[in-house]
Amino acid sequence: MAFSFRRKSAIPGFGLALGYTIAYLGLIVLLPLAALVLRAAEVGPSGLYTLVTDPRVLGALRTSFGLALLAAATNAVFGMIVAWVLVRYRFPGRGLVDAAVDLPFALPTAVAGIALAALYAPNGWIGSLFEPYGIKIAFTPLGIYIALVFIGLPFIVRTVQPVIAECDREIEEASATLGANRWQTVFRVVLPPLTPALLTGFALAFARGVGEYGSIIFIAGNIPYISEIAPLLIVIKLEEYDYAGATAIATVMLVVAFAILLAINLVQAWSRRRLGHA
Amino acid sequence: MRISIRNIVKAFEGGLGRPALNGVSLDIRSGELVALLGPSGSGKTTLLRVIAGLEVAQSGTLLFGDEDASDMSVQERKVGFVFQHYALFRHLTVADNIAFGLNVRDRATRPPPAEIRRRVDDLLELVQLASYGKRYPAQLSGGQRQRVALARALAVEPRVLLLDEPFGALDAQVRRDLRRWLRDIHHRTGHTTVFVTHDQEEALELADRVAVLSGGKVEQVGTPDEIYDTPASPFVYRFVGESGSVPVEFRDGRMWLGKYALPIPTDFESSQAGDLFLRPQDVEIVEREAPDAVAARIVGLRRSGATRRAEISIGGVSGPIETVALPQAVLSVGEEVGVRIRKGQFFPRA
Amino acid sequence: MPDASTILQQNAHVAGGGTTAGTTRRRAPVTGEGPVARAVLIGVAIAFLSLFLLLPLVVVFVEALRAGAGAYVAALTEPDAVAAIQLTLMVAAIAVPLNLVFGVAAAWAVAKFEFPGKSFLVSLIDLPFSVSPVVAGLVYVLLFGAQGLFGGWMRENGVEIIFAVPGIVLATVFVTFPFIARELIPLMEEQGTGDEEVAMTLGASGLQTFWRVTLPNIRFALLYGVLLCNARAMGEFGAVAVVSGKIRGYTTTMPLHVEILYNEYNSVAAFAVASVLALLALVTLVAKVFLESRYSDELAARSH
Repeated sequence: MAFSFRRKSAIPGFGLALGYTIAYLGLIVLLPLAALVLRAAEVGPSGLYTLVTDPRVLGALRTSFGLALLAAATNAVFGMIVAWVLVRYRFPGRGLVDAAVDLPFALPTAVAGIALAALYAPNGWIGSLFEPYGIKIAFTPLGIYIALVFIGLPFIVRTVQPVIAECDREIEEASATLGANRWQTVFRVVLPPLTPALLTGFALAFARGVGEYGSIIFIAGNIPYISEIAPLLIVIKLEEYDYAGATAIATVMLVVAFAILLAINLVQAWSRRRLGHA
Repeated sequence: MRISIRNIVKAFEGGLGRPALNGVSLDIRSGELVALLGPSGSGKTTLLRVIAGLEVAQSGTLLFGDEDASDMSVQERKVGFVFQHYALFRHLTVADNIAFGLNVRDRATRPPPAEIRRRVDDLLELVQLASYGKRYPAQLSGGQRQRVALARALAVEPRVLLLDEPFGALDAQVRRDLRRWLRDIHHRTGHTTVFVTHDQEEALELADRVAVLSGGKVEQVGTPDEIYDTPASPFVYRFVGESGSVPVEFRDGRMWLGKYALPIPTDFESSQAGDLFLRPQDVEIVEREAPDAVAARIVGLRRSGATRRAEISIGGVSGPIETVALPQAVLSVGEEVGVRIRKGQFFPRA
Repeated sequence: MPDASTILQQNAHVAGGGTTAGTTRRRAPVTGEGPVARAVLIGVAIAFLSLFLLLPLVVVFVEALRAGAGAYVAALTEPDAVAAIQLTLMVAAIAVPLNLVFGVAAAWAVAKFEFPGKSFLVSLIDLPFSVSPVVAGLVYVLLFGAQGLFGGWMRENGVEIIFAVPGIVLATVFVTFPFIARELIPLMEEQGTGDEEVAMTLGASGLQTFWRVTLPNIRFALLYGVLLCNARAMGEFGAVAVVSGKIRGYTTTMPLHVEILYNEYNSVAAFAVASVLALLALVTLVAKVFLESRYSDELAARSH
């Protein structure tokens, strides 16, 4: 099919709207990102490789990626339960619970960070419960995990929730009339079509977790090789005027962000083709 | 499998007014194809769902053969249910959809994989979708999805096949084809089958017997001929075909429409008043002076397929009534004509 | 597996028995879980949310008021805090309108027209969501910093962006970039072009059509997008931390002020300032609930 930019619609403003969109996007997002790419190109592939394979950098990347993955997995389970409960059940306080899910979106990360640090510190409300057993949460990787669970939850709930709401009850009835018990119905009929949405939410939560900074640095302890996250290391390198080092880490993170974005688009395209919906 | 429905009452929680099913009784013979016919809100779909166990009735009993099924769960009832919008599992292929009911059985009763495959192939053959096993529901047309839904329901060897508005979402041509095809499948498989429809033509053409429902009650049960020719109530008369009515009364052993005595034999002795219900083919346009002619005026004319229809007003006492006009007759709106009423059905006025 | 499910079903049958007066009909769980499973799931969901979401919110206010109302007020009225609050309001007042105009323009182009590369454009609009805030700050340092691409030119002309207010505004605009566009695009795509076409056939000009037809149709989504954008703009930490230089009283926004106080072990003051941001978050959530109810009514009204 031949595309043309010739106006096919009676509605005006296409040129202006699209022109402004592209110009603004270019200026605010693409140009600065290009500066990063340019800087990375200056450093060169071998230079980048050396910088990224520095043990401290590798440790930080491992911490960020590993814990983000773990937290996203946790949220996949609990976020799914929360979404299910919110869509399927009516109970007192449901509206409040539904609204609370967005709290991590609305609460500034620094506020969440100091609040979590206060809660999970050895003398905090929750930290003090674990202290007697020798379990430290704040200032360890466990603390980072907690912060990442906090940050990632709404991504899963808000991507899965509308898809559960769209689920046709007839599908479950059909499964029951064919002899499936409730357990089988849930695992063979209800959950599989939710997989694309769950994967999307998982990827979003993971991407957010990898790049998260504000809510983590207060609770992490920031010990190199152990509880130092990649974004913090970028900040540290910048403070040391090590622009090449900062650029190298940022490049890795940007590449991963692009890869995740691509993966989400592929999952959604696949799901549209296969299941006949987005 | 014979199904006996006795005094089923079902009211929905929060439902205002009368229950959705208000003491419904119905016997369905083994191997029979029965239509539940009624307007929306008549309770026909609710009755079907009660039979399936998807709704639980407040009182009444349901027998499958001699077995009391009232308290059985959906799974235990082993019915095949075809949903109006098919309810196919869109993440499964056509073949996996059909095999679903077999795959969820526990190990003791589940057929071996090869046997399941064979059965799926047979069913695909039966519903004329032999090469579609690997497709997904999203890749099928409405009529094809409907056939997959039927195959899936048949795969579990149901004791009874229940279909909710099976052709409701399809366009006219596909509807007609599928109707004939369903009749054919029923002949071949012999399943006791109950289907819900609001389309009288569909019910009369397809079913062995028709149960007409209204307001949560069964108005009449009978063969299509009985339902159409001797409706039990004005509601059934109006619902199963085009109809009109004229007020009549009895005097001297004859039926009178105003000053005209109608040539219809009656057994009524009393001087009861009521309405004579008429189908278009019961009213014939004749010369005004012809014997037994009743004066009428043509108020409208229209073409309906092979026939022409005239709308007439009889003796100034009735609303417009449809008749079949002979194609060769030259008629015009406003013309005064005679009509001969050859038969009709009398219902006394309440 | 079969055991667990049988138990589930039996529970449902036992508990569902005799629900209707005068009869003993058990309720088979056809499309729902039994009461026990239901209670467990609701319990898990509420416990999880309380632990991870509500408790942190509560602790902010408890810690802020730990030293009494006097200390709380003092922490908020101290000059550096006031300067931080002013800077935060100013940054949001610049960033939100910029992204508002962009959001409407982008949604108009994407939702009302077909053109090649549309889905790619939408992906690019979403891009800042997937970029770490720290990287967002870094790219501006690489662009406008002393050693940056335009660093030399800026030094010669005396323009300061990094470690100054313009850098904070730019970083904030970057991280809040997609918020409004993202709210509007799906809604406007669903609404289609029918209403606009009707308005135009009735003689409305393009601008009249936009003001009188399109804007009223999207007002709640627009307001919601503005709220979210504003909450993020006022609360942004990572990107701003990188470009700000953290000069007290000059380039510290509220979140940065919180960090500085917290690192100085001035916990009460840190939580006092944090509590203002938390209140902002609560207001945003309440407004969200309100707007969503209005907006779903509107959506429902449209589909009938």
